[in-house]
Amino acid sequence: MNERGRRFYILAGIFTLFVLFLYGPMFAIFALSFQGPEGGLTFPMRGFSTHWFAELWKGVGVVDIWAAFYRSLRLGAVVAGLTLAISLPAALAYRLGFRGATLLFYTVIASLIVPSIVVSLGIGLEFRLFDDWVKEFVTGHQTSTGLFTSALGAHLTWTLPFGLLILLAAFNRFDRRYEEAARDLGASPWQTLWLVILPIIAPSLIGIALFGFTLSWDELARTSQAIGGRNTLPLELRGLTQTVTTPAVYALGTMVTGVSLAVIGVSLLAITVMGRARARRSR
Amino acid sequence: MTTTEQATGTPPIAEGRAHTALVTPQSDAAALHGVKRRVSLLDRPYALAGPLILVMAIFFVGPLILTIIVSFWEYTQYSIEPAMVVTNYVDVFDRCIARLPTLCVTFATYLSTLKFCFIVWAITLILGFTLAWFIVFEVKKTSTQIALFLLCTIPFWTSNVIRMMAWIPLLGRNGLVNQTLMSMGLISEPQEWLLYSDFAVILAFIHLYTMFMMVPIVNSMMRIDREILEAARDAGASIWTIAMSVVAPLCRPGIVIGSIFVITIVMGDYITVGVMGGQQIASVGKTIQVQMQYLQFPIAAANAVVLLGAVLMIIFAMTKLVDVRREL
Repeated sequence: MNERGRRFYILAGIFTLFVLFLYGPMFAIFALSFQGPEGGLTFPMRGFSTHWFAELWKGVGVVDIWAAFYRSLRLGAVVAGLTLAISLPAALAYRLGFRGATLLFYTVIASLIVPSIVVSLGIGLEFRLFDDWVKEFVTGHQTSTGLFTSALGAHLTWTLPFGLLILLAAFNRFDRRYEEAARDLGASPWQTLWLVILPIIAPSLIGIALFGFTLSWDELARTSQAIGGRNTLPLELRGLTQTVTTPAVYALGTMVTGVSLAVIGVSLLAITVMGRARARRSR
Repeated sequence: MTTTEQATGTPPIAEGRAHTALVTPQSDAAALHGVKRRVSLLDRPYALAGPLILVMAIFFVGPLILTIIVSFWEYTQYSIEPAMVVTNYVDVFDRCIARLPTLCVTFATYLSTLKFCFIVWAITLILGFTLAWFIVFEVKKTSTQIALFLLCTIPFWTSNVIRMMAWIPLLGRNGLVNQTLMSMGLISEPQEWLLYSDFAVILAFIHLYTMFMMVPIVNSMMRIDREILEAARDAGASIWTIAMSVVAPLCRPGIVIGSIFVITIVMGDYITVGVMGGQQIASVGKTIQVQMQYLQFPIAAANAVVLLGAVLMIIFAMTKLVDVRREL
C-alpha cells in the first residue's frame, strides 16, 4: 500500500472512532429507554418494552414535565421566528453599510463568546432591579421575569449571533448582478427582496430557523438565572437527572432528542430539495 | 510636479461628474414619469438593524453594564443596596496574596478551571485539526465531505444535558465500561474514577465541544489552494512538515476562532462540571451560580466581572501570541 493510501486509512480510522465516540453514548440512552419494566439504569437490558415511555406519559417526578415540554416548544418556535425576523433585516443593513456597523458586529460576536453564566446573571439582575423599580409605583407587582421576557431575551443573545453570521456569509457569496438585473427590469426594492434575494438565500434562512429552534430547545446555561418560576424542559431535565432513578429519564431524553432530530431532518431535507430544484431549473 | 498634481487631481472630479451624470438622467426620468421614488424602509440601515441593536442593548450590553455597577454595591441577607464599595472584590480575593503559597479558594478554583481549559483546548485542537484534515484533504467527493461534516455537527443541535447524561450508563460503577473490563478480567473491581471525576468532565467537554474547534478549522482549510500542498510535496516536504509548516499557519484564523470558542465555554462552564463532576468539583461559573441562589448578587457580579476579565485576557493573549508568530 502506498503512503497516501495508508494515511487515508489511518485518518479514516480516527474519524470512525470519533463518530462512534460522538454517537455511541446516545445510542446507549436510546437502547436503555426501551428497557423492560424490571430493568434498571444500566445495561444489561432486561427485555424490551415501551413501559418507560408509558411511565413518562403519566409524568415523572414532582414536576409537570409535559407543561415544560410545551413551554419549550413554544419558546423554541418564537425564538426561531424572531431570530429570522431580526437577523435578516440586520444583514440587509450590513449590505447598505452604516456608521457603527463594526461596533455592532463585535457586540454580536461578544454576545456569542461571553460566558453564558455572566449573560444569565446580568439578565437576572437587570430584571430584578427593574422589578424593584416597578414595585415603587405598582402595588402587587410580582415579577417581570418569565418565558417570553427574560428567557426569550437570553435565548436571543445566543441565537442572533448565529443568525447574523450565517447571513453575512451568505451575502458574501451573493452575486449582486441578479439584484441589479431585477432593478433594471423595474422591480421595486420590496419586489427585489421578495422575488430575487430571499429565494436565493432561502437555504440560509432555513438554517437560521434550525439554529434558532434547536439552540433554544436545548438552552440551559443562559436560561438558568434568567427565568422565573416556570422552568423550560432542559432545566427540568437537569433536575431529573439527579432525582429520577428509573429509565423514564432516558425515555424523556430519547423523546427530547427525537424532537431535535425531527427538526434537523426536516430542515436538511428542505435545503436539499431546494438545492435540487434549483439545479434542475438552471440546467 | 504640476502634471502629477493634475494627474492625481483629475480622476476624482471626473468620477464625480460621471457619478452625477449617472444619477441625473434617472431622477429626470422619475420626474418625467411623475414617479416620486420614496425612500424605502429597505434603504434605511438603522431601521433595518434597529431590532438587533435593541435586543443587544436590552439583553446583552445593559446586563453587562449593570453587572459591573452592582459589583460595587452592598448586600444584606434580604436586599441589595446601591453603594460604591470594593468589599465584594476584596471578598473574592480574600487573603489570596497574603496566604501564598497556600492557594485561596478563588485561586484554587481558577487553577482548576484553567487546568480543564488547557487540557480540553489541547485535545480538541489536535482532534479538530485531524478530523478537519480528513474531511477536507482526504475525502475527494464534495457530497461525501458534506455528509461527513453533517455527521459531526448534528449532535451540536441536540441537547447537551442529554449528551452528558448518556455517559452515566457507560461510565458508572455498574456501567458498561466497568462490566466489560471486569468480564475481560482486566480489572477485579469497578473503577470509581470513570464517572464524577476530572476524567469524566474532560471526556464530556471533548464530546460536546470538539465540533466548535473542527468547524472553523474546516472553514479555513477549505480555502487553502491545493496547489500549495502539491508544491510543498514536490519540494520534498514530508506530510508532517506540510501539516505543521504549511497547513497549520494557513488555518490560523480557524484555529484562533475555534480556540476562543472552546476556552470561553470551558472557562464559564458550570453545568458540565456540575453533572459530570457529581457536583463535587469547583468551577468559577458554579461559584457564581451558588451565590446567585443565595441572592448575593453583588459578590456574584464581582465574580462575574473577574471571570470576564480573565476570559478577555486569555483571548487577548491568544490573538497576540498568534500575531507575534506571524511577525517572526
